[in-house]
Amino acid sequence: MPDANAVQWLQSLNALTGGLFLLVTFGLVSLRQIHGCLRLFVAQSILLATSAFLLGALYHTWHLTVVGVVDLVTKVVITPWVLRRLLHDEVQTRREITQVLNIPTALLLALALAITAYLLASPLVALGGGAAIGVNLPIGLAGLLIGGLTAAVRREAVPLFLGLLAMENSSFFAGIGVAPEMPLIAEVSIAFDVLILVFVVGLLTRAMHEHIGTTEVGALTALTEEQAP
Amino acid sequence: MFNRILFNLVQVATVLIFAPLVAGVLGRLEENVQSKRGPSIFQPYRDIWKLFHKDEVVSDQSSWIFRFTPYLVFVTPVFVTLLIPVLTGYPLFFAFMGDMLGGGFVLSLGGFFATLAAVDTANPYGPVGASRTRMVGFLAEPVFMIVFFTVSFVAGSTIPYIVQQRWVTPPANFFAPSHVLLMVAFFMLILAECGRLPVDNPGGHFELAMIDESKSLEYSGRGMALVKWGGHMKVFVLLCIFLNVLVAPWGLAREQTLAAVLLAIPLVLLKLLACVLVLVVIESSLAKLRLFRIAEFLGAAFVTSVAAMITRLFAF
Repeated sequence: MPDANAVQWLQSLNALTGGLFLLVTFGLVSLRQIHGCLRLFVAQSILLATSAFLLGALYHTWHLTVVGVVDLVTKVVITPWVLRRLLHDEVQTRREITQVLNIPTALLLALALAITAYLLASPLVALGGGAAIGVNLPIGLAGLLIGGLTAAVRREAVPLFLGLLAMENSSFFAGIGVAPEMPLIAEVSIAFDVLILVFVVGLLTRAMHEHIGTTEVGALTALTEEQAP
Repeated sequence: MFNRILFNLVQVATVLIFAPLVAGVLGRLEENVQSKRGPSIFQPYRDIWKLFHKDEVVSDQSSWIFRFTPYLVFVTPVFVTLLIPVLTGYPLFFAFMGDMLGGGFVLSLGGFFATLAAVDTANPYGPVGASRTRMVGFLAEPVFMIVFFTVSFVAGSTIPYIVQQRWVTPPANFFAPSHVLLMVAFFMLILAECGRLPVDNPGGHFELAMIDESKSLEYSGRGMALVKWGGHMKVFVLLCIFLNVLVAPWGLAREQTLAAVLLAIPLVLLKLLACVLVLVVIESSLAKLRLFRIAEFLGAAFVTSVAAMITRLFAF
C-alpha cells in the first residue's frame, strides 16, 4: 500500500491529466487542419494511457497498465501510421477543412455539452467509489459528447472518423476510472476493433477519393448521375 | 510603514527601468531565431531617449484627448504596479487599494483613452486599428471575467497577494487541472492584450494589417516616447501578474529588508527571461491569424477558462 502522500500525488496528477484531456478534446472540435486533428488525437491517446498508468499504480492492478500499453501501441503508433500511409494526400496536403457550424458556435456547444456531462455525472459520483471517478467519469462523459459533436459538425471523412475515435477514447477514459477490474479481454478486443475500424475507414475513404475526387462526406447528398450533363 | 512605501517605490522603479529591457531582449531573441543579428537589447532605451529629444507635432484639429492620452497610457501601468506583487511576497502599502479586477480596469482605462485618441485624429488608419482593438477587447473581456471568477472562487479573494499565497504556493494546488487550464487561458489572454502573435504582429509595418500599432501612428516626440514606454510597462506588468501571482511565486522577497527586495530584482528578471523565451518560441512558430480568426483564438481561451472553472466547481 503506498503511503498517503503518494496517493495524493497520483490523484492530483490524474486530475491534471483529466484537465488536459478535456482541453485536447475541445481542440478536436476547433482545429481546422486535418494533420493538427490527427496530432491532437495522438495527444489525447497519450493522455489516456497516462491516466491508465496512474490509476494502475493507484489501484494496484496490472490490468490498467496493460490497457495503457495496448492504447499506446494501437492509437499512438499504428492508427496515425495507417492513416498517414493510406490517406497521404488527405492528411498531409489539405490544410483547411469545412465545418457545418462555424468554430466559435461549435466551441460554445462543446462547452455546453461539457457542463451537461458534469451535471449528469455528479449524482453518479456522489454514490462514492474512489476519488478517481470524480475526475474520470465526468471528463470521459464530456469527451464522449464532444466527440459526437465533432463527428456531427465535420464534413470531411478523416476528422469525422477522428471524432468517433475520440468518443472511443473518452469512453475508455471514463471506464478505467469506474471499473478498473474490467476483464482485460474486453479491453484488448475493443482496442483491436479500433484497428480494424481504422483500416476499413481508411480503405473506404481512399476508394471514395478515387471515385469522386473528394472526401467531403457532407457533399455526398446527390447521386453523381444526377449531376452528369 | 516607511519601509513598505519605500519598497513600493522600488517596485515602481523596477518596472520603469526594466520594462524596455524586456522588450529589447524579446526583439533581439526573435531576430536571432530568424538567423539575423538583431538590434541591441538596449535599443528600446535609445528609441525612448531619442524620441524625448525630438519635436512633437500635434494636429490642430485634435482635441485635449489626444494630448492627454500619452500621460494616461504612461501612468496606468505604474498605478497597477502599486497593487501587484512585483518583488515582494507580502502585501505592501497600497496592496489593498484595489484587487486584480481593479488593476484590470485601470489598465483598460489607458487602453480606452488610446482608442479615443486614435479616433480623435483624422488619420484614416487610427480608427481602423481602434475598432479592431475594441473587437479583441470585447472578445477578451469574458475570458478575463471567468479567470477572475475562478481565482476568487478558489482563493476566496481577488487581492493578488492573497491569491498567490492561498492557491499557487502549495505544490499540490499547482498541478490542479483548474490551475493549469487557467494558466493557459490567461497566457492566451496576455498574447491578445499585448498585441503579440498570433493575434497581432508587433513587428509589422503595414498599416492596413495593424491592430495595436496603428493607434500611436499620429504621435511623435515626447508623446510617442510616453506611449512606447507605457506599452512596454503594460507588457511587463501583465507578465508580472501572470508569473508572480498565477504561475511561479518563487524568488520573491520574504523578509522585510531592503537587501531582500533588491535581491528579488534579478530573480524576477530571470523568471521574466524564461517567460520571454516561451514568447519567442510562440512568436517564431505561429503565423498571424486573419482578423476574423481572432474570435476563434479568444473563443478557445474562453472555453479553456470555463473548463478550468467547471473542473473546480464540480471537484468532488
